[in-house]
Amino acid sequence: MRTAQKIKEVLIGKLILACGVLSIAVVVLIFVFLLRDAFSLFDSYPLIDFITGRNWYPISEPPVFGILPLVLGSLLVTAIAILLAIPLGVGTAIYIAEVAPGWLKEILKPLMEIVAAIPSVVLAFIGLTLLAPYLQGLLDLNTGLTALTGGIMLAFMALPTIVSIAEDAINAVPRSYREGSLAMGATRWQTTGRVVVPAAMSGISASVMLGIGRAIGETMVVLMVTGNAAVMPTSADSVLKPVRTLTGTIAQEMGEAVFNGPHYFALFAIGLVLFVITFAVNWIADLVLYRYREGE
Amino acid sequence: MSGVSRQLVFEKIAHLVLALIAAIAVAPVIGIIIFLFIKGGPALTPEFLTSMPTNGMKAGGIFPAIVGTLYLVLGTIVFAVPVGTLAAVYLTEYATQGRLTRYIRLAIANMAGVPSVVYGLFGLGLFVLLLQMGTSLLAGSLTLGLLVLPVVITAAEEALLAVPQSFRQASLALGATRWQTIRRVVLPNAIPGIITGTVLAVGRAAGETAAIMFTVAAFFLPTLPDSPFSQAMALPYHLYTISTQVPGMPEEIKWGTALVLLLLVLSFTLTAAVVRARFRRKRRW
Amino acid sequence: MVTAEAQKKVQLQEVNFYYGDFKALEDINLDIEANKVTALIGPSGCGKSTVLRLINRMHEVAGRTRVEGRVLLDSEDVYSPGMDVVGLRSRVGEIFQKPNPFPKTIYDNVAYGPRLQGRSSRDELDGIVERALRQAALWKEVQNKLKTSALELSGGQQQRLCIARTLAVEPEVILMDEPCSALDPVATQQIEDTMDSLKKDYTIIIVTHNMQQAARVSEYTGFMLIQETGEPGRLVEYGLTSKIFTMPDRKETENYITGRFG
Repeated sequence: MRTAQKIKEVLIGKLILACGVLSIAVVVLIFVFLLRDAFSLFDSYPLIDFITGRNWYPISEPPVFGILPLVLGSLLVTAIAILLAIPLGVGTAIYIAEVAPGWLKEILKPLMEIVAAIPSVVLAFIGLTLLAPYLQGLLDLNTGLTALTGGIMLAFMALPTIVSIAEDAINAVPRSYREGSLAMGATRWQTTGRVVVPAAMSGISASVMLGIGRAIGETMVVLMVTGNAAVMPTSADSVLKPVRTLTGTIAQEMGEAVFNGPHYFALFAIGLVLFVITFAVNWIADLVLYRYREGE
Repeated sequence: MSGVSRQLVFEKIAHLVLALIAAIAVAPVIGIIIFLFIKGGPALTPEFLTSMPTNGMKAGGIFPAIVGTLYLVLGTIVFAVPVGTLAAVYLTEYATQGRLTRYIRLAIANMAGVPSVVYGLFGLGLFVLLLQMGTSLLAGSLTLGLLVLPVVITAAEEALLAVPQSFRQASLALGATRWQTIRRVVLPNAIPGIITGTVLAVGRAAGETAAIMFTVAAFFLPTLPDSPFSQAMALPYHLYTISTQVPGMPEEIKWGTALVLLLLVLSFTLTAAVVRARFRRKRRW
Repeated sequence: MVTAEAQKKVQLQEVNFYYGDFKALEDINLDIEANKVTALIGPSGCGKSTVLRLINRMHEVAGRTRVEGRVLLDSEDVYSPGMDVVGLRSRVGEIFQKPNPFPKTIYDNVAYGPRLQGRSSRDELDGIVERALRQAALWKEVQNKLKTSALELSGGQQQRLCIARTLAVEPEVILMDEPCSALDPVATQQIEDTMDSLKKDYTIIIVTHNMQQAARVSEYTGFMLIQETGEPGRLVEYGLTSKIFTMPDRKETENYITGRFG
């Protein structure tokens, strides 16, 4: 091999390695950036007040940055979403994997892919113009922009993630399990319910975790349809009232925050909280998925 | 009724319930698409697509938003496709399976899970402010490029893994270097998969809003962007502003904008699906 | 000594070989004569193919391996630190068990190696491609469809194309790892005829599980064996093919050959 070629080979190898580790660098860099700006806030604003404070008044004098209402808002909307999405998503996955005839699968799966592809701002627009007024009339509310509205839209958005990963998990159950059960005289449904779904449970759990991650991180839908009222969602009818989420707050306020002011740092601190939550959720999902792949 | 036939009736009911659930899950998407066509269809005139907004965006077209989105998408793939493809090359061709690759995969999975609004913050902090690119097409493209990187890497990796090991062996045994083997044998056979990933990434980037809010998007601009350092309007952000920030916006313009965005994104998704299907059918090794 | 060694094209001296911690070969000593066909036979799993890969270092593609002892090509150790693996592989070509043409045209398959070496002139490449295809006895069948895909060829034609592709690099040694195991008898015959015409210019080492094939094509034969699973493979006996197949020195060789051949 000529020397020039050898050098070229080494340089290209280095470039490729750099691209390979870039993803690690990006994750670390995002974390460092968020951490740096968040800690600029905590220099002047106590961390404990930030996390446990019940009031978010970023532009009052002095400003108050308590993110508890935002965290609870995010959790409430996500909980509604996931309660709706689990039965729908897992049920659809079981239907596609175990029951639906071939031609119907070929219709259902692309439809789910279309749902995944629809831009969130378009879905948010639909939620805003169709679902919110509908719910307002149906439930006789002051406003249709509520936690429930956001939860319904997020459930719809989390569906493709849950369906596709849960379906993969169900399909990955070895055929011998099914045959063993059927050979003992079990019906198809008994086999599905007692053998296949339990065997796929770790993959199904991972799909739900990823669905949760998707819902917590979603911005445009909650920004446009939850009403953005930064109040503690602790009353009995909070589901039917406006709430404010972590993501919605960043999107709503970043445009007005003064660069390198406390408000700006506070929004980065919220970003950090979001990053940590989604990192944890995805990490757990990855562990669960990894274990179930190992177990095969 | 005997136990067995009761079981069979039960099975029928269970299947019916599942079918109902699946129907509930997919019905909204059909409804949404029909609604968008009915309400937004009439707005889709050539004029709407090719003229500037007028009268405080309450009239005229969405031309600058379409142009801005196309520029953004172009910038995104210029960055994400080479980098993402080479990252996949690293994972499939260079790396030995070990701790580093495990961390890389974990990082990619997490990049895919980081909320887009956090990418927006990061893009603002790094590209717009620290690197002083300002609110610009360049900053927005780089932010979106990072956002779609996992999509590109995953698709490219799948495509590279599908290239038979025997091709690599044959090439190496003929005295090719590793990179010659990759460039002349492996990558050419992975092109359709890489294109699929690219098109999916384009669809994702074209529809993204939260990541471009603070990095590129402008509420309204009287002229088209003329350099990578210009701000630009973009379809998703435009839809957000006209449906929440502009009182008295005519319904037709909002629905029309939503329909244009949907059609743009779905056309990319559909293209990716077609490329993938044709590639799978044609592959003969 | 030096002159005697010079006729030995490839030599393995006290070679041990490990996959990870597993010892796959033990104490292999083998002298391959230049411009002859040497066959390696033995039951599956005995390490015949591994011996081949040691010579062009293709085992390194697979992962964590370790070599002890010396492997010499023209008296030069192929594992010496200064050895250029890429250069080595253009001197030692390999034909694989399953034909593995690239999904390119017939022409581009054969021209692949020369192009790697930077030869790009159309006339030169045309000459190389024709010569290689003639040597591989494929020219007559494909001369009018050089621009069609190699995947259109039959299995036997594909394997001869792979031979032509290797010849185009002008190697000195050609390793063949069960080159006919995926082919029908007619195609096998054509490959064997090709080998016969190639040996005046090349040193050929062939691994085969087919005793008749070894007897037909080779001048020298090595018999390899593992005592038990988990044990390393050893070279039990090595010598002239005519002798190995008629009067082997070792009982194990005789048992194996009479079981498979007689």
